[in-house]
Amino acid sequence: MSTWLRNNRLAALAALAFALVTASIALVFFYAPVDVDGLNQKIFYFHVAIAITAYVCFAWGGWKALRVLWKRDEDADLESYVAIHQGVIFGALTLVTGSIWARYRWGHWWEWHEDQLVLFLVLFLFYAAYFMLRFSVPAGPRRANLSAVYALFGVALVPVSILAIRLSERFIHPVAFDKGGPNMAGSQFFTFCVSLAAMLTLAATLYHVELAGKRIDVRLRELREALQ
Amino acid sequence: MSAEEKYVAAAYLVIFAVVLAYVVIIALKLQRLERELTELTELARTKQEERRAVAVG
Repeated sequence: MSTWLRNNRLAALAALAFALVTASIALVFFYAPVDVDGLNQKIFYFHVAIAITAYVCFAWGGWKALRVLWKRDEDADLESYVAIHQGVIFGALTLVTGSIWARYRWGHWWEWHEDQLVLFLVLFLFYAAYFMLRFSVPAGPRRANLSAVYALFGVALVPVSILAIRLSERFIHPVAFDKGGPNMAGSQFFTFCVSLAAMLTLAATLYHVELAGKRIDVRLRELREALQ
Repeated sequence: MSAEEKYVAAAYLVIFAVVLAYVVIIALKLQRLERELTELTELARTKQEERRAVAVG
């Protein structure tokens, strides 16, 4: 790895995210064919990629939470919090883009009988409540432990949410991937993969930017205490 | 613009708006951090001058 790249990892990550997002938008609108679902299907490429990114963020937050409890890693608490914050942002985007897709396809914004939708909403609300718990406890090891335990409970909901559509007997939500692989043409699958890489890279960039901001905040607080 | 096109545009606009809002929030936070850093630098300078004055006096 070159010295420039080592010293500017975040800038390189941001540039990669920008390139991938641009490439994915170009692929979605100029390369991927319009299928039976019509133009509305173009929402799928970002909606599913954003949903998977939200799951990855929650899982990453859970892994960092595990490190807080297991290794007593103090930095991991902040990392877990930022990952969950990213997960909630991407989760909100999943719900909004999904609702827009559903409004055109199903004629209504939400379907309460759809297991995957409701489970994703439960997962989203569970992690939204994480912030209420976290900020109701003063900063310190107790807050780190409580937040970590809560974050780990939420991770159990991730596989349930993903598998819900496969286990459910009645559903109207489309299945993009099943036992036989992706239910789409090769060009559509390629576009989806680029979109997924774009969303994951964007999330990683935002995660590192937010984490750097939080770390500077902590250091400044320590500096203020040392000076006063 | 057909209804279908409007929904697709809305979905992509929402994503763009959220990312833009996030960038604005981070920019505001950076401004606050810069202000705090300036304040702390001033505080450190004042303390240093006080220490020098005590040493000279």
